Amino acid sequence: MTHPVAVLIEDEPHIRRFVRSALEAEGWQVFEADTAKQGLTEAGTRKPDLLVLDLGLPDGDGLEVLRDVRGWSAVPIIVLSARSHEADKIAALDAGADDYLTKPFGVGELLARVRANLRRPRVATAEGMGDPDPVFRFGAVEVDRTARLVRRNGSEVHLTPIEYRLLCVLVANAGRVLTHRQLLREVWGPAHTQQSHYLRIHMGHLRQKLEADPAQPVHLLTETAVGYRLLVQL
Amino acid sequence: MAFDDPRPNPDALLLRLQEQDVARLRGRLRIYFGANAGVGKTYAMLSAAQQAHQAGREVLVGVVETHGRQETAALLQGLEQLPLRQLPYRGRSLPEFDLDAALACKPAVLLVDELAHTNVEGSRHPKRWQDVQELLAAGIEVWSAINVQHLESLNGTVGAITGIRVLETVPDTLLDSADEIILVDVTPDELTARLQAGKVYRPQQAARAEQNFFRKGNLIALREIALRRTAEHVEDDVRSYRIEQSGPSGSASGLPPVWNTSGAILACIGPHEGAAQTVRTAARLAGQLNVRWYAAYVETPLLQRLQAAERDRILTVLQLAETLGADTAVLTGSVIADALVRQAQTLNCAMLVVGHSRPPPAWQFWRRWAPTLTRQLATLAPTLDVLEVGGSPSTRRLARAWLPNDTDGETHSGVWQPYAAAVGGALLVTLLALPLANRLDLANIVMLFLVAVVLVAVRYGRGAAALAAVLNVAAFDFFFVPPRFSFAVSDVQYLVTFVVMLAIGLLTGQLTAGLRFSASIAASRERRAQALFDLTRELSAALLTSQVVEIGQAAVQRLFTQVEGVAFDPVKGGKVMVLVAEHPAEGTDQLRLPPLLPHDFDAGIAAWVLRTGHSAGLATTTLPAHPWHCVPLQAPMRVRGVLALKPSQARWLLIPEQQQLLQTLARQIAIALERVHYVEVAQEAVVHMESERLRNTLLAAISHDVRTPLTALMGLAETLQTSQPPLTPAQAESAQAMVVQARELSALVSNLLDMARLQNGSVALRSEWQSVEELVGTAIRAAGPALRGQPVDTDIPADLPLVEFDAVLMERVLVNLLENASKYGAAPIRVTARTTPTSLVLAVRDHGPGLPPKLRGREAELFEKFTRGSTESATPGVGLGLAICKAIVDVHRGQITAANAPNGGAEFTVTLPRRPAPELS
Repeated sequence: MTHPVAVLIEDEPHIRRFVRSALEAEGWQVFEADTAKQGLTEAGTRKPDLLVLDLGLPDGDGLEVLRDVRGWSAVPIIVLSARSHEADKIAALDAGADDYLTKPFGVGELLARVRANLRRPRVATAEGMGDPDPVFRFGAVEVDRTARLVRRNGSEVHLTPIEYRLLCVLVANAGRVLTHRQLLREVWGPAHTQQSHYLRIHMGHLRQKLEADPAQPVHLLTETAVGYRLLVQL
Repeated sequence: MAFDDPRPNPDALLLRLQEQDVARLRGRLRIYFGANAGVGKTYAMLSAAQQAHQAGREVLVGVVETHGRQETAALLQGLEQLPLRQLPYRGRSLPEFDLDAALACKPAVLLVDELAHTNVEGSRHPKRWQDVQELLAAGIEVWSAINVQHLESLNGTVGAITGIRVLETVPDTLLDSADEIILVDVTPDELTARLQAGKVYRPQQAARAEQNFFRKGNLIALREIALRRTAEHVEDDVRSYRIEQSGPSGSASGLPPVWNTSGAILACIGPHEGAAQTVRTAARLAGQLNVRWYAAYVETPLLQRLQAAERDRILTVLQLAETLGADTAVLTGSVIADALVRQAQTLNCAMLVVGHSRPPPAWQFWRRWAPTLTRQLATLAPTLDVLEVGGSPSTRRLARAWLPNDTDGETHSGVWQPYAAAVGGALLVTLLALPLANRLDLANIVMLFLVAVVLVAVRYGRGAAALAAVLNVAAFDFFFVPPRFSFAVSDVQYLVTFVVMLAIGLLTGQLTAGLRFSASIAASRERRAQALFDLTRELSAALLTSQVVEIGQAAVQRLFTQVEGVAFDPVKGGKVMVLVAEHPAEGTDQLRLPPLLPHDFDAGIAAWVLRTGHSAGLATTTLPAHPWHCVPLQAPMRVRGVLALKPSQARWLLIPEQQQLLQTLARQIAIALERVHYVEVAQEAVVHMESERLRNTLLAAISHDVRTPLTALMGLAETLQTSQPPLTPAQAESAQAMVVQARELSALVSNLLDMARLQNGSVALRSEWQSVEELVGTAIRAAGPALRGQPVDTDIPADLPLVEFDAVLMERVLVNLLENASKYGAAPIRVTARTTPTSLVLAVRDHGPGLPPKLRGREAELFEKFTRGSTESATPGVGLGLAICKAIVDVHRGQITAANAPNGGAEFTVTLPRRPAPELS
């Protein structure tokens, strides 16, 4: 059995060391790079299954690397950033990152994100074309995309068309953070990317209908000031 | 006249709107108006004051004259009285109304009796009505009293009826601008009865008064005037009311009457005695017709040669016109009627008021044939109404107010020169012509003399021309006309020669004088324009306040000494100062005073000018005895300083043109000061932004540099825990401790950095419409590790509307509160959210021991930096958490409070303001 390949681009050797050992413990083959230039070479030659990218690199902005890689690859990218400014995270996500981790982060958090992003169905369409199992499950909820039905604890839940579309976009990107902008564009169309209060209200309704305690959700999570994430496994 | 037109005049409405702003802040003025002393004005005023006092209004008696009347004095009881100020005057001390104390008290209603009273010398204003105006401007409601004979425009009329001059007068505009006029009226018989009963004056005075002023005829006439004047005011009110009703301009109570701009009145001021009466009549007419009015004086070459005393009288009359509400101007022109008609057309005047022209004295027989001013006006502008005003015999002499007695020695240097030239010319021509006497015809000799006359006339003007003509005629007669060397004339036809020569001399002189006058006016206008242009150019180049001050001072001095020709000689004590205001905070404007103030300069006056925006000092109505004239530097945004002048002569300050020029200069300087001020503000802003950027870069760098090693530390410690072979339990515990400590350190660094950001105000609030449920959810999740598995109850209504706040910052607040609840309190922790129409209330409570007892009553201290519930406790944290919460809530304009919950435990409540949430479209 071949090991999945991860490329780790990070200039701080100690962080490289622990990320590497954490990934290797999970069965990954890890290639390291400490500059943006070398990182691009590694990403281009190693055919990675995962890219872990630090945004603050000595020879350039990590965002540039991100855009470059996204130009030719759909590989899951997890961004590491010391900046807590939400605008940077949003920029990285909008540029194509799949997830982010704010330093300092623990090994557990890192591995959880890695798993979540690898489990996500590769074909990211709302209709789930070609998906072997049209029924998507999280917690007590079942989303049957062929029958356009949503059940919770076995009984049908009535969703409005917008709520259903929103749920489908989240399901298609399960585990991944979606920015407000991305969600608004997918659900309402490109003309409505500024009205994030629409999103808050409909997301609130979804939680009321699908979560056990909408004030302490376990699946439909808010990433403050960034967007939303559908967390599937606990 | 179209003032009964029901349609509102747009100009008038605009004016009214502008005035509304002023009027809103202005105090109301109530005037008790009577025909005579003794009608009971003070009594009526005090009765009303007693009622107001009982109704709970704050009434202060500023000054009241009871004239020893018992019933009136009794009414003073129970009213608060302002102590009078004692002013030293010629070795005695005189009581006077204390304006500053009244302004400081700021009562709701202030009683100031005797509006026409003249203040003791040394008071701020010469007249009490000027005190009242300052009180009104300060927003204080004033009640006052006045008799009809004290009204400026009626002064002449009343004087003519009673034969008694009243020196204390009040401009009619004050009465017109009064919000309420209460007529206090008694019949003449009753008044006489009162007088005889000793209720008005003490007995010996009463007898004298009854014979003079209080004759029944007088009383009836005065009563009629008072009633009529009150009726005029009521009519104004009715008209204003109707205008208001017809337009949407809203409430406009307490406004001076709106002036119609069309059909205005122009009063023509001449050098003659009756000019003051002309002005008063024009003022009264303008008041009755409710139109704007103007006063103008035309300076002709002839009038330029008036004596200083007469020129002063004209200036005083112009000033009188200004107090009566006119805009004044001094016009120049060679023909009075021309200048007046032009001015009337410019100002859109429909009526000219001129003084009754008296017939010229008998020896000026030729002037009898010249058309009178009235006739000239009628010919030039047949559409204008011209009203000729008769002089009133009782017209009192106008006091030379507002000017200290200064010896204005405008020396006419070189006055004798033209006449010497005339004599010299005659001599020269005679000497030249003598040798030619035998060779030339007398007709040609005469031509030589004629040339001399014309030359002298062209060069030296009218006086010299007349002298030259006479001398040349005499010389020609004496030396050339047979019989020679005698004044006898043999042939009568030479008389024709003499007359022609005289006529040509005078005519040329006259023409030259007129031309030269026009030329000098044009030249002075050009010089003035050039000087203003220079000043503007210099000021526009100034970059520092000190430069503006320097340029301004130099320009004022230069313009008035060199260009205007008024002596403003630094050698004779003339001085200019530009004082710049500082604005350290809103409403605390101060003048930056130079270290060496002239000894006779009063900084208090300059401060008053800065505060009120009105001129003061010399040649104004405020403290005219002060040797300095202070002009506010009024820029568009605010008063930027004070221009103080101490001219060596004061008269020119009264000339309207010079005043306007001074105002223009002051405005230019003020605008330059404001521009420099804003340049400085902009520079400060740039520096501030730059330092802000630097600080943010620094904070970001620190944040990055601290977090990177922390990440490594945490990650490596965690890796250690999972390393092979497994660690011993003791080692695993150490590794776990390292992880926990690294997390704590990270949280601490975040807190410190956040506090630093919040403290220097560099946090930009990103308010968006947020869901409170989401906020609570993310906060509980983020606080997860610190909660150590303690459950959190939430109570959030499902239909809670969206609220505007910065989600990241508010999450910090809730996380900090939850962490505190877990650290210091005990489970269960409960989060509740509620909204009121205007606020969002979030509460976090625990069921622990509650706030420490020593903090009871001082809960606010919890939110200060580095305060912790119990000092030296084992619980980690520096006590920044709550300070950060407070800083964040403050940025949201909300409130955070701490209290003990009813059933034990501490409760922290955050209240944020909220507005209605947006609709989903």
